[in-house]
Amino acid sequence: MTCLHGRHINPIILAGLDGNNWCIGDYMRRGGYSALKKVLSEKIPPEQIVNELKKSALRGRGGAGFPTGLKWSFMPKSFTGEKYLICNSDEGEPGTFKDRDIMRYNPHSVIEGMAIAAYAMGAKTGYNYVHGEVWDCYERMEVALEEARAAGFVGDNILGSDFSFQLYNHHGYGAYICGEETALLDSLEGKKGMPRFKPPFPASYGLYGKPTTVNNTETLACVPWIVLNGGEKFLSMGRPNSGGTKIFSVCGHVNQPGNYEVPLGTPFAKLLELAGGMRGGKKFKACIPGGSSMPVLPAHIMLATDMDYDSIAKAGSMLGSGGVIIMDETVCMVKALLRLSYFYFEESCGQCTPCREGTGWLYRVVNRIEHGQGKQEDLDLLVNVADNIAGRTICALGDAAALPVKSFITHFREEFEHHIESKQCLVPTYA
Amino acid sequence: MLDLEIDGKQIEVKEGSTIMDAANQLGIFIPHFCYHRKLSIAANCRMCLVQVEKAPKPLPACATPVMGGMKVFTHSDEAVNAQKGVMEFLLINHPLDCPICDQGGECLLQDLAVGYGGSSSRYEEEKRVVADKNLGPLIATDMTRCIHCTRCVRFGQEIAGIMELGMVGRGEHAEILTFVGKTVDSELSGNMIDLCPVGALTSKPFRYTARTWELSRRKSISPHDSLGSNLIVQVKDNRVMRVLPRDNEEINECWLSDKDRYSYEGLNSEERLTRPMLKQDGEWKEVEWQTALEFIAEGLKRIRATHGAEAIGALATPHSTLEELYLLQKLMRGLGSGNVDFRLRQCDFSAELQGAPWLGMKIAEISQLDRVLVVGSMLRKDHPLLSNRLRQAAKRGTHINLINAVDDALLMKIEHKVIVAPREMVKTLAEVLKATAEAKNKPCAFSAQLAALNPSQEARRIAESLASGNKAAVFLGNLAQNHPQSAALHALAQELASLLGAKFGFFGEAANSVGGYIAGVVPFGTPAGKHAKAMLEDPLKAYLLLNTEVELDCHNPREAVAAMRKAELVVAMSAYRHKAAEYAHVLLPIAPFTETAGTFINTEGRAQSFNGTVKPLAETRPAWKVLRVLGNLLGLAGFEQDSIEQVRAEILPDAGADLAQRLDNRLRRQILAAVEIPAADGLQRIGEVPVYSADAIVRRAASLQKTRDARAPVAWMPGVLYERLKLRDGDKVKLTQEQGSATLEARRDDTLPQNCVRAASAHSMTAELGAMFGEITLERAT
Repeated sequence: MTCLHGRHINPIILAGLDGNNWCIGDYMRRGGYSALKKVLSEKIPPEQIVNELKKSALRGRGGAGFPTGLKWSFMPKSFTGEKYLICNSDEGEPGTFKDRDIMRYNPHSVIEGMAIAAYAMGAKTGYNYVHGEVWDCYERMEVALEEARAAGFVGDNILGSDFSFQLYNHHGYGAYICGEETALLDSLEGKKGMPRFKPPFPASYGLYGKPTTVNNTETLACVPWIVLNGGEKFLSMGRPNSGGTKIFSVCGHVNQPGNYEVPLGTPFAKLLELAGGMRGGKKFKACIPGGSSMPVLPAHIMLATDMDYDSIAKAGSMLGSGGVIIMDETVCMVKALLRLSYFYFEESCGQCTPCREGTGWLYRVVNRIEHGQGKQEDLDLLVNVADNIAGRTICALGDAAALPVKSFITHFREEFEHHIESKQCLVPTYA
Repeated sequence: MLDLEIDGKQIEVKEGSTIMDAANQLGIFIPHFCYHRKLSIAANCRMCLVQVEKAPKPLPACATPVMGGMKVFTHSDEAVNAQKGVMEFLLINHPLDCPICDQGGECLLQDLAVGYGGSSSRYEEEKRVVADKNLGPLIATDMTRCIHCTRCVRFGQEIAGIMELGMVGRGEHAEILTFVGKTVDSELSGNMIDLCPVGALTSKPFRYTARTWELSRRKSISPHDSLGSNLIVQVKDNRVMRVLPRDNEEINECWLSDKDRYSYEGLNSEERLTRPMLKQDGEWKEVEWQTALEFIAEGLKRIRATHGAEAIGALATPHSTLEELYLLQKLMRGLGSGNVDFRLRQCDFSAELQGAPWLGMKIAEISQLDRVLVVGSMLRKDHPLLSNRLRQAAKRGTHINLINAVDDALLMKIEHKVIVAPREMVKTLAEVLKATAEAKNKPCAFSAQLAALNPSQEARRIAESLASGNKAAVFLGNLAQNHPQSAALHALAQELASLLGAKFGFFGEAANSVGGYIAGVVPFGTPAGKHAKAMLEDPLKAYLLLNTEVELDCHNPREAVAAMRKAELVVAMSAYRHKAAEYAHVLLPIAPFTETAGTFINTEGRAQSFNGTVKPLAETRPAWKVLRVLGNLLGLAGFEQDSIEQVRAEILPDAGADLAQRLDNRLRRQILAAVEIPAADGLQRIGEVPVYSADAIVRRAASLQKTRDARAPVAWMPGVLYERLKLRDGDKVKLTQEQGSATLEARRDDTLPQNCVRAASAHSMTAELGAMFGEITLERAT
């Protein structure tokens, strides 16, 4: 499960990485920090950078896919107080492990991206919030940050300009909810991580109540390339409304699970091929294309789909964080859903009633079905309970818990019914 | 202004309003649990989901800002479907044990479940069980019933000023608890019970004693601190079962201090005096009212004949009603004596005021101040809800400055403070005055007396803070009023306020601290007489005590008890059988506030009348009736009133319309002899009145007496003293004042000023000691 296999297509972030060339010298030999130098030496106006981002159609790589340039433009320009830039490296979405590799093997791309983003938005301080369960990434980022400080890319008067940017790494403790941007802010402030109601959005009331932008690690790592090569070029690599490349974390029953950076719009079949095809020649059954929170799709739909935001949405799921979970014919969909439901039950922050109470209910009913205690009414109950959670909570965890339940039952209802009727699994044997 | 439409009704609201605000204005009820108008928005219960046109999903009314042209539907299928969905979630893990739940019948969840819940549950799994927590003697818990609305948590953070409850754990494991091993000790804690929409937090003293529908609800007014909180007294079988707040935005808002809430237990105390008693040959005997009153009348006549009327005095507490106080002084003056006073904890009577001392403004105006100086106050404990007003103001940026003798946590941002020994407070206030005069470049009345002063840095900072505002106020607290140089503090504070163009006021000590003046229970009426201190320093022959326990209510309990023991006749009118049994000759059972009609005039000068809520216990009688009959027996004129309204009309003609003119904090003469620290090398006592020792009722409120605030007094002292005596925590020290002493546990408090020992007054353990702020000596107890 790595990105060091070279089987990428037109990679931007993962290009030329061998696992050992993550230091600042290596990065600069690859052309690193030239974007930051360009911005500062040419005194490129911040609005121009935001415009390039808008042109690039770069969309947030953390899961929501919000246009990055538009998000940056929400930061109040006339605000004179402290503004913050946060890099959300709290990668906790099951099936997703791309930010981990970016931080491990190309940490300076994140630092450079943050410095440019801070410049473009007038932020003086940035935090990189690293997931608590990938400790080596936190340590790697610390070393890289020290290198960047020493080289004068972070700190006061960067490269002799009047632009100063203080950057800090901060690690969480592994709570999934802290990847939600406002829970992340609470956690960063030293509180228990619980999502905040929006509005107000972070751009007006963020960290310590100040204007704040939160971007995903991969999103920020794209920024230097866009600044150097222009937004249009980035856009042209992908599809309209889905510019650039995207790192897909392909996992599950494939021969070579790992991170694959490919242009958005690459056919799923091509991605599957890059990942070495189905393991043991087993039949491809289903795929969750965007991390565990997204709806599952049966193989035949996936195989007809391209990997970009709009195509996957059209197919009935979402691109999300790019965690592509491949399941073969040996997978019991009831058991798979049980595992997912347990995850959301455990990770709900407990703040909103529907999620706090509903995730446990979902988990217990699925658990009952898996263990032969289910009733036919349970399937409608599950769908109804999921409907009562989705869209009725402060953050998207409620939706994340509801969507798998609904999609698993929609696409694989007969497996659930078989479990209930014959009290056993439809999938005969596990390979 | 923004226009919107809710359920087809048009309304215009201020920008920044939420849908909930708009619905409230329209009188449309949107179901909710976590929303509370006095707390921040949490939007976590999701019960207030409503349909908004063009919104893809239902939105929480409490948190969604109104946009112009918005169309909201609170009862559409989509809205009701969402609300019912949330209700189902709330109920799946709720125990539904309403029949054994104390909240049953007054439960928001129960009420809303009728409207939005199903008649049966689709949830077949096991329900969650949560361990109960011990929050202390006032709040009972049943945490399995908690619906995680976090109102209690937000109350602590936002209103009480201290986060004593928090939610830990995630998801289904989330639960409300205190910091490890701690209880909830806020003086406002009981409000969490009112806020809790379910039976998770209920009143511990009230628990399992009555059902809400068995209780009659009667309006009343708090007899404790000077706020005059509006109460609902709940009664069953002629017994007060519970006290709850009655909303009054101008006074207590929707809150009650724990003292106001739980003191009712004292009304049902075993110590209640039930029949008149006479001491005959050293033995107490129960007698008829007639016998007791005739005995008193004869005794008073005899003493007047032999020693003159000026040998008789009356001491009342400001927790007595206006009518009682008025008739007491009328009786005394009818007898020819002007010896009446209610200012029992005061010791400096040299200030002469132009009217009754009061807050100097409306209570609600505190919220609009931008600069405040408080001099000498145990703010949080003496005035829990005034303190909350200041806390909320501080949050909005008001500077709160403090000159005090102790540095207790006030749970609000204090801009600048000077903590000095009581004897140095005059000098400190004078420094602030001088620095203010300099900052304002204005002349000051006492420039001669202040000439030699060199204001400290902190005094200058306070002056700068005060001078930088537009709406400032200077307040004197209980400590300043009971201070040995209270007149000097008064003169300086008045001058400071006038220099600043600020308001000047007193935080009244008790429910009728203003009313006592209005009723004339002060020795400067006609005839004039002796004030409280003079009456006790130089003992009289007869004392009438109204609600007074001299050993706990007087500035110098030692002196007071000695005076009582020397008297020929002591008449104790009290609801309780107390220590007066040792020195009194007659005990008359009089009604506490729940058993009589009456009036309290609160610190803002608002007269609030109330009726009795239960019948007087046994042979107890309202004191106004007792005094009225006693007046008849003494053959005095003006005791013909048939109703309390007639008594009230004598004090407050025109229903108190002229009351405002009778309030005036200004001194008749600007007096200030000199600003100097009284020469004394000795230790000074800081003898504050603990919150749950302040009056007769609260002293007998069993649950309040179990709280941390009611712990036995200890001798707090700064480290220097502590080390000089080589003390360790738990060691005992002997404190001596005059010839009396008390042995208390020693505790170190490095925030105390040098040469001070803090030992509470108004407590039986320190009743042998002398003046509240007198000199005191200290030795290690053997």
